[in-house]
Amino acid sequence: MQFETISEFIKMDGHGLYVWLSYAIGISILIGNLILPLFTRKELIKNLARRLRRENNAQ
Amino acid sequence: MAGSNWLPRWFYQLASPRWCYDITGKLLPVFLIVAVLLLVIGLVWALAFAPPDYQQGNSFRIMYIHVPSAILAQSCYILMAVAGAVGLIWKIKVADMVAFACAPIGASIAVMALATGAIWGKPTWGSWWVWDARLTSMLILLFLYMGVMALYAAMDNETTAAKAASVLSLVGLVNIPIIKYSVEWWNTLHQPATFTLTEKPAMPVEMWLPLLVMVLGFYCFFGVSLMLRLRNEIIRRERRSGWVRELITSR
Repeated sequence: MQFETISEFIKMDGHGLYVWLSYAIGISILIGNLILPLFTRKELIKNLARRLRRENNAQ
Repeated sequence: MAGSNWLPRWFYQLASPRWCYDITGKLLPVFLIVAVLLLVIGLVWALAFAPPDYQQGNSFRIMYIHVPSAILAQSCYILMAVAGAVGLIWKIKVADMVAFACAPIGASIAVMALATGAIWGKPTWGSWWVWDARLTSMLILLFLYMGVMALYAAMDNETTAAKAASVLSLVGLVNIPIIKYSVEWWNTLHQPATFTLTEKPAMPVEMWLPLLVMVLGFYCFFGVSLMLRLRNEIIRRERRSGWVRELITSR
């Protein structure tokens, strides 16, 4: 462990803002890359299921 | 050697959307677990345990997400161009879908590399942005990704869109060596490559080992995100086939 206390860890010798900001951006982009395709999948399956039901009713 | 089977069987099977959908369904959880493990270990190691740089202090910890995202943005581009070429030459639909799935991931990772680089540049160089060869060529990479995405969005016909996007990504491939060698060809503020295949890293092991963990974690994560998008695209384009109908109704 390079830091003695939590506040030292957050401050990072004055570079805290830069370090934490870039990690926040990085992690949110990673999470976005998981959530967006999962959301697309849900919508896609919902729409396809609706269309299938409509086709089956029409027959 | 028999001309017909110099490639393994799974390589041919990959061309089948259904087989591809099934195998990625099995691989996804494995990649997800490995990616989460590597990224969590890497993040904690990078933020709390790696020693600070003797010149840059703690701001150098940004390297642990900047370098992996920059490497991944380029690898993803190469994969997109190669998949596009395979789609152009052999007319394999799955290859087109892989290229399509690569574009948004690559674009977002390029944004990550540029943003973390800018944030790192401020305390290190005193400026968020300089029109330096490495930074400019990386910005062009982002524009190439955006161009490919715009082509897909602009064309309704999937085959035509895939052709146009593949040609653009193949032409843009020339940018990759420019990014790589920009730090050697031109005078630049940007520091030279952290990892090379031929030489030992200039950093001590306690600094580069967490970086290696992060790079591997980013690659596994890319695998997860790519497979998620690829599976969506397979379902969307194969929606009229029997197996997708069964898959939807069985849910």
